[in-house]
Order: sequence, then structure tokens, then C-alpha cells
Amino acid sequence: MKELRLMKGNEAMAEAAIRCGADGYFGYPITPQSEVLEYLMAEQPWKRTGMVVLQAESEVASINMLYGGASTGKKVLTSSSSPGISLMQEGISYLAGAELPCVVINVVRGGPGLGDIQPSQSDYFQATKGGGHGDYHLYVIAPSSVQESSDFVKKAFEVAFKYRIPAMVLSDGAIGQMMEKVELFEQMPRRTDEEVIAECGSWATTGKTPDREHNVITSLDLIPERLEEHNHKLQAKYKEIEENEVIYEEILCDDADYVIVAYGTSARISQKTVQLAREKGYKLGLMRPITLWPFPKAKIAEYGETKKGILVVEMSEGQMVEDVRLNINGKIPVEFYGRSGGMIPTPDEVLTAFEKHFM
Amino acid sequence: MTEEIIIAGFGGQGVLSMGKILAYSGIMQDQEVSWMPAYGPEMRGGTANVTVIISDDRINSPVLNSYDTAIILNQQSMDKFEKTVKPGGLLLYDPNGISKHPSRKDINIYQIEGAAEAARLKSGKTFNMVVLGAFLKLKPIVEFDNVIKGLKKSLPERYHHLIPMNETAIKSGMKIVKEIQKL
Repeated sequence: MKELRLMKGNEAMAEAAIRCGADGYFGYPITPQSEVLEYLMAEQPWKRTGMVVLQAESEVASINMLYGGASTGKKVLTSSSSPGISLMQEGISYLAGAELPCVVINVVRGGPGLGDIQPSQSDYFQATKGGGHGDYHLYVIAPSSVQESSDFVKKAFEVAFKYRIPAMVLSDGAIGQMMEKVELFEQMPRRTDEEVIAECGSWATTGKTPDREHNVITSLDLIPERLEEHNHKLQAKYKEIEENEVIYEEILCDDADYVIVAYGTSARISQKTVQLAREKGYKLGLMRPITLWPFPKAKIAEYGETKKGILVVEMSEGQMVEDVRLNINGKIPVEFYGRSGGMIPTPDEVLTAFEKHFM
Repeated sequence: MTEEIIIAGFGGQGVLSMGKILAYSGIMQDQEVSWMPAYGPEMRGGTANVTVIISDDRINSPVLNSYDTAIILNQQSMDKFEKTVKPGGLLLYDPNGISKHPSRKDINIYQIEGAAEAARLKSGKTFNMVVLGAFLKLKPIVEFDNVIKGLKKSLPERYHHLIPMNETAIKSGMKIVKEIQKL
């Protein structure tokens, strides 16, 4: 039976973590994502499924607890907001280097620095280009509704385990704080120790048996030849993800001359702009990248041949717009409209920007 | 049907919970809803507002710059949101503490003496339900039964004995809402 609830995005992500059979959550409170930890503490999933929930002493501790949990093949996650995610970058790089699956939720707020607590999308570069040191990528998926906040936690775990990489759910303060109707997926059982060994025993530290060598989890390799080989292996994996895991949504793009490209909250706002534009007779559509890495490169490149112009809308000073320009490669004009510092653009503002550039 | 509502007042007046009950009522009759608070440094005594959208269709932007209905509960909110009501839309306000009354000629304006009525009912906390009653009288977008169901859903069970009191408040709000300007 489908279960409908009115929930905040943050609460939906917490409930999804329990329902997808996560083994542990380690986190530290920060606005605007504190409801994730609050919800888990109130819900007491250690009684429901045996899932561990721990408030760590800091974000640095949380991410290293993830490293420990993920090393044993357990399904673990953390959540934070921008400044907290910055603190985690060293650990995220280590997780990527050691090929450990886990989920990191970032409910983005205004920056740089401590910034403020209002919604923002200014962590796109950090999420998709690395953030920590070294040649690595996270799988980055961006919900634009409370429903997707729930669904994408599950999806992030699936991809993380399929490829053994850390995955990030990139939300923002608006989606985290907003309440909408959500249909919760059914409780999945937590894996038994035997099931964890069956799934992850080939690499995880599940206890050495006489029939195999030690499984070693590390991101350190002092032999340059071997480390380069390891990097090539990571790159091959990233290439496979780019080929297989791109997700995006197109709204009214088929007959459109112009397209807005936006994700998350900006996409919701821009969808209203598209409606207003259509009422005025403009042939405008919306393309919403759902995975930010892998980025829907091919689809964007196609617009260079089929559309007259693109407006990128972000709650930042312009980050994703660089990826759009890279793939359009100068073929059609790519303009940008953004608000930052926690300001949210309104549908009218976006329409005015569109008219200024293209009408 | 799509109804776009802003509810604005002081923190502690029950602005956010009124919106939540409205949203839950929408779900009870199988509609799409969104509840988007201004969650900043607002707290008791500061300003608080929430955008509630109830629709038969998928809701696009949860953030709006004009509304079908503004429910306004203090002067700061009046200054900020009177101008955001769509022409022909509805402005519902509590005159308590309002020094500058709305002056627009192109919208419907109604008053609800919510604070006074809640005091008369000897339950100050039902203020927001009196106001909700007034709104539902003017725009019956959700059925009364579904509001009660919504109330049950949004209140923790330990407070369910207070539901009859809230029901009374909603009904009295429906009765005493006062027309100021009807187009």
C-alpha cells in the first residue's frame, strides 16, 4: 500500500535512509539540514531496523566514521550543509581514493565561508569538480522536490555500491525545509552479515578467511607506477558511469526555440517561468539535469544544433553555466541569470532575464 | 484548481502550523500541495511567513511573487504583502495591531477579528484556527471534514483531545468574518 505523508525534504531523506536499509548515519547538526539528524533521533531506527544513528563530535569525525563503516561493506551516510561539507573534503577524497561506497547529503546554504542559512546552489563546483584533492568524481544527484529527496537517497546508495564510489545528494535549503506530499517506498531489509560478505566480501574488511588474501582498504600507495594505474582504473570507472548513469528531465523542449537549463529549486522556479513564457507566446522549454555528475553532456551538445539560445538559471554567481558553455562550444548564445547569498529568484525575474537576452 | 496563498504574521501566532493544516487538508482530498516557509532567523516575536500552494496539478515553483490570497496578521506583513495580491484576489487580515489598513481598490478585502475571538473563546492559541475558518468561509477550497482530518494528521496524538476546541474556533471564524470590500 502506498504511504502518503506531508514531509520536509530533510525528513524525507532521513526516512529514506532508514527505509533503504542503511546500517549507520553519522552526522553533526547545521542549519538548514538539522532535521535529518533530528528526525532520525526521534524515529529511533535502531529499534526499527537496527540502524545506528550517532551525533559525532564534528563533521571531520562524521566523514571518517563513514570511512570506517564503508570499509566493512556497510551502508552508511552522513548529511551536512555547505560549511560542514567543506570540512569533510579530506575524508571524501580518501573515500574516493579507497573506492568506498557511501552517501553524503549536502543541503546547500549561502556562502562563501559561514555565509548564511538561506538556500543556495553555490556548491556545484565543489560537488562536481572534486572539492577534495586528487583526480576523482562523486556521483552527484540533485532532487528538486520532497519526493525526489526520498527517492534519490535510495538511488545514490544503488549507484555508490554498483561502482564503489561515494555519492552525493545535492539538495538546498529550500527543498530541505519545504513540505510536500511524498509517497514513501517500502522498507527494505538491512542486509545480514552473510549478505554483506556475499556482496562486498571481495574487497571489504569483513574478516579474513583462509581461502583469500587480506582485503586492504587504503588511499595511500607510495609507488607512482601503481598509483597511476589505480588512477587509470578510477578513470575507466568514471567513464562507465558517464556512459550509463546520466539522468535529466525535459519539459516542453520538443518545439522550443529556447531552453532554460536549471536544476533543484532553480528548476522548479524556472518551470513556472516556462509556463508564463508560453502564455506570452514564447517557445521556451526547461531542461533539468538530475545527475550533475555525470553531467548530461550529449543532450546539451544537441541543443547547439537544434535551439537558438540557452538561459542557465542558478542560485549562484554562475557555476553550472560553465559546463553548459563547454558542451555548447560556442554554437549558440548561452546566457546566465543567478541570485546568490541565499536569495531565491522569482519566476518573473527569470522571465525578465530571458526577455532581456533573447526577445 | 490552483490556489496560491501567503500567510504572514509574527512568529508564535501559528502561521506555519495554519499552513501545515491547510496543506494536510489538501492531501486528504488527493491534491498536490507545497508548504514553503521563510525559515531564516525568524522566531517568536519576529516575522514569519509561509507560502502554501494547493493544486489539482503538479506544482512548479514553490516560491512566488504574487498570490491569490494573502492572510495578513501584522503591520509589517501588510506593508510587505498587500501589493503582492493578484488583481481580483483576496486579502484577509486581522485588524488587531494594524495601523495602516489596506487601500487597494482592485482586490477583495475581508477582516477577521481573530485575536479578539480567540480571547472570547478563552483559548488564545486557537487564534490561527479562527483565521483559518474565515479563509475557508471565503474560499472553500478544502472540505471541512478534510480540514479536521488534516488537523488530526498534523497534531501529535497527545494533543488530539484539543481537536474539538479547534473545530469550534474554525466554525466561529467562519461566522464572524467581515466584508470590507467586495469586487
